[in-house]
Formats: sequence, C-alpha cells, structure tokens
Amino acid sequence: MAQLGSVFVIAGFFSSYPVRVALVAGLMVAVVSGTVGTFTIIRGQSFAGHSLADIGAAGGSAAYLVNIPAIYGFIGINLVAGLVLEFIGIGRLRGRDLATGIVLSAALGLTALFLYLDTIASTTTNVTASLLFGSILTIQGSSIPIILAVGAIAIAIVMVLYRPLVLSSISKELALAKGIPETKIAIGFLVALALNVSLTAITVGAILSTALLVGPAAIALKLTRRTGRAILIASAIGVIVTWIGIYLSYDSYYWPPHNHGWPASFFVVAIIFALFVTVDTIVRMRRKYLVGKRPAKG
Amino acid sequence: MFSAFMLNAWEISSIVAVVSGVVGFFVVQRANAFAAHALPNGAFAGAAAASYLGVSAVIGLSVFSLAGALAIAGLSRRTRSDVATALVMVLMLSLGSLFLSFSSGYAQQIYSLLFGEVFGISRSEILPTFVVSLFCLIAVLFLYRQLIYTSVVPEAAQAKGVKLAFVDLMFLLILALTTTMAVPVIGTVLIFTLLISPAAAARSFTSKVPVAIMISVSLALITVWVSIALSYWTNYPVGFFVGACGAAIYASGRIYRSIQSKNLNFGEANSLHAL
Repeated sequence: MAQLGSVFVIAGFFSSYPVRVALVAGLMVAVVSGTVGTFTIIRGQSFAGHSLADIGAAGGSAAYLVNIPAIYGFIGINLVAGLVLEFIGIGRLRGRDLATGIVLSAALGLTALFLYLDTIASTTTNVTASLLFGSILTIQGSSIPIILAVGAIAIAIVMVLYRPLVLSSISKELALAKGIPETKIAIGFLVALALNVSLTAITVGAILSTALLVGPAAIALKLTRRTGRAILIASAIGVIVTWIGIYLSYDSYYWPPHNHGWPASFFVVAIIFALFVTVDTIVRMRRKYLVGKRPAKG
Repeated sequence: MFSAFMLNAWEISSIVAVVSGVVGFFVVQRANAFAAHALPNGAFAGAAAASYLGVSAVIGLSVFSLAGALAIAGLSRRTRSDVATALVMVLMLSLGSLFLSFSSGYAQQIYSLLFGEVFGISRSEILPTFVVSLFCLIAVLFLYRQLIYTSVVPEAAQAKGVKLAFVDLMFLLILALTTTMAVPVIGTVLIFTLLISPAAAARSFTSKVPVAIMISVSLALITVWVSIALSYWTNYPVGFFVGACGAAIYASGRIYRSIQSKNLNFGEANSLHAL
C-alpha cells in the first residue's frame, strides 16, 4: 500500500503545473549558480555573492514602488553595486570583506526605506517576506523566458571570459604578467555575478540563491582542482539537490505539523550542508590514508 | 522628543552604539564583516524558532547566534572562512524559513526583527541589554592584546604561542553576544551597519588603535542619535537613516584619507592602512 501511495505522489508530482515550472527554473538556476559559483569561490567573493541577493532587495522593493517588474529593480541595483564594489576595492584581499560590508549596509538602509514606502503605498506587508524567502514553488510560468535569458547571458559572459578569468582568479600576478586586463575581467565577472544573483534571488529567494551559489561549488572544489570539471560537478550537484528539494517540499504537504508543505529551501540547504561535511570528511580521510601509505612505498 | 518612551530609545541605542563601536573596530580590523552580517541574520532564525516553540525570543536568538559562532569557527578550520560563514548562515536562515512556515502571519514580526523597533523599547529591556553590553566590553578588554596581535601579524602571534583558532572563536562568541543583545532592540540590519561603518571610517582618521576605537564609538553614537532624531521628525524608518549616515561617514573617512595621502608622501602610509 505504501508503495502504491508513493506512485500516486510521483504521478501527481509531474502533473502539477507549479512543479514543472519549478523543475525547469531550478535546472537553470542551479546550472548558472554552479558555473558562476565556482569562480565566486576561487575569487573569494562568497560574501559579495550573498550580499548582492540582499542588495537586490533594495532594487526589488523600489521597483515595486514604481510598478515595474521586480527583476529589473534587482538587476539594475546589482549592476550598480557590482561597480561600486570594484571601485571601493573588492580586488584587494584585505579590503574585500569591508568593501562588501559597506555597500551591503548602505543598500540595507535603502531597503528599509523602500519597504516602508511600499507598506504605506499598498498596506500589504507580505512584500518583505516574499522578497526574502521567495519560493521556488510559486514561480509564474510566464517568467521562465526571462529566467532562461538572464541565466544564458550570465553563462555567456563567463564562457567568453573563461581563459583570462581562470588565470586571474588563480593568480593575479600571473595574469598581470601575461598582460590580461585585470580590471576589465574583474568587472566582467561582477556583472555575471550580479545577473546570476538577481535571477536566483528573485526566483528562489535570498537563502537558496546563496546556498546554490556557494554550496555546490564548494563541494565540487573539494573533489577536483580543475575549474572546468568543478563547474560541471557543481552544476550537476545543484540540479540534483534542487530537484530533490522540490520533490520533498511537494511531498511534505502530507507531513506534520500542518499539512502545509515545508519550504524547498530548507531541504536544499540541509542536503547541501550534509553533503559538504560528508565530502570534506571523506576527502580528508583519504588524504590521511594516502599520506600514511607513502612511507611504505619508499 | 525627550518624552518617557523616547528616553528608552535614546538610552538603549546609546548602549548598543558604544558596544558596536568597540566590537566593530575588531570586526573591521580582523576582516570579519561577513560573520558580523551572518550571525545577526542567522540569529533571526532563532527568533522564528522561539516564537514557534513559544519560548522567549532572546533564548532563540542567543542559542542560534552562539551555535552559529561555534559552527563558523569549526567549519573555518576545514574550508575558507567566507565559504564556512556562507554555509552556516544559509543553514540557519533555512531553519528560520522552516519555522516561519510552521507558524503563520509573521510578516510584521519579520520587519521588526530585521529593522528593529527602537521606539517600542520598554523600561525592563534596558537593564539586561546593559549587563550583556558590559560583559561584551569586559571580554574585549581581556582579549585586547591577542585580538590586535593576531589581526595585525598573525604569523608572529602564532610563533609566540597565541592560538589563532582560539582567539577567532572567542571573538565570534563576543560577536554572537553583541548580536543577541542588539537584534531585539535595533534589528539585524542596524547592528550590521553600526558594526561596520563607524569602525571603517575611524581607521581612516587615525592609525592609533585606542584613538581609532574612541572615534569609532563616537561615530556610532552620532549615527544613532542623528538617525533617531531624523526618524522622529520625518517618520521615515530609523534603518534608512542609519544606513545613510553609515555610508556618509565611511565616504568622509575615505575622502579625508585621500586628501591626507596627497599631502604626505606615500612613505608615511601608516601601519593600519597598509594592511
């Protein structure tokens, strides 16, 4: 009986329209985040990657105020924020953390203002919650083309810049010596990051945006040192984890405490975190084992 | 503007500003801005959990922020600290979204946790805030030398037998306590700004650590006082003014420094800025 039950759940799963939209959107979001995320980690810009999701909310709440689609608000403010980050000095190792913090705190102030104006304008306070927690299962089918377009542009930028980007991410000195235009590459990447985070923050919310940007890529970089391979692994992990999250979220409508459905973001993050710790532990134990064996080999 | 309920707002925001001015100096000095954002943000999940379980929000906040500090410190040994911070933060936030989905209708509460409700402070909240603040300041005083030493010359500190990981952990715990104290009163957004902007600006004005801390505290106090006054007069949210003041004082610090470095030769660039 239990098996029969689960067959019904799966059949219902794929015939549900929100689920199909979520699966397509999740695929795109995970692939873009895996690609851009790998470079984000190598370049040490995880904080910036997360901040852009919060900064985007300032643009989103402003867009809400003037009645244009929130995605344009997100993209607009994130492109500006990316340039300001580069200007203040995200490139320097010591200044990176601070530059991001300053831009983030200024943007959070703006968010406070715009959300306040939003609530005056429309008396609804739900805009705060949806901007922060946006749910993958409430994406409109009509926004799929925009998701695909913005995601494709972000991937295209990374592909075009690929070789110099790899070099400048791994060694700035080497890139300089080879005559690679550092600043242009850095700005190009920040544009890709801004587009990626705008897209993911608005479709799956700030939490999943950061989780998918940092998590799968961090796991992939534990498994391989090659950038190209890491991108493929990160994207694959991202897609699988997102789909499992969507399935569990769908299934959890039958779960306690309220038969209300648990958020997909919770499942995705929990799996990513567990996977990261597991992979890290295994890689560590293997390394120890290999180091232990070496003396025997001579 | 100085009626009874406003007096509470003035007092509590001044206490928070003093602590964040001091702790913030070390946040900036030790490049811990991401943790200063992640802990208050993640602790917010603790408040959501507390409200679902029906316990006091302060318990939820303190449990989550202290656990978050421990997790960030622990995971930082295994991977880059920004990746560790990001992973721990999203884990805490996703737990928050889970608990929020169990409860319902918390939109207003989300807003007040994020942006605080400094005008809604009751008399009884002042004493606990004051005690925790005092504890944070004493802890910083105790760790003062190690905190400076490990952030300026980590290798030398390690060679002298200072345990970097231990000092990191202790500082994250202080940050977690500051968070617990500040989030219910001024919200996650304001505490972050108060930790970052005044301290960042202060470092532009001087290279002497005690003087920089003093300037940082003064700027934090000016920021909250100006913001509360403006918010009282205009009715716009305090968070907006704190963000704007923070950006303005940071910008003035940068301008001051660039004028200074034009006047002096580059050789005189002092130790803090060189970092």
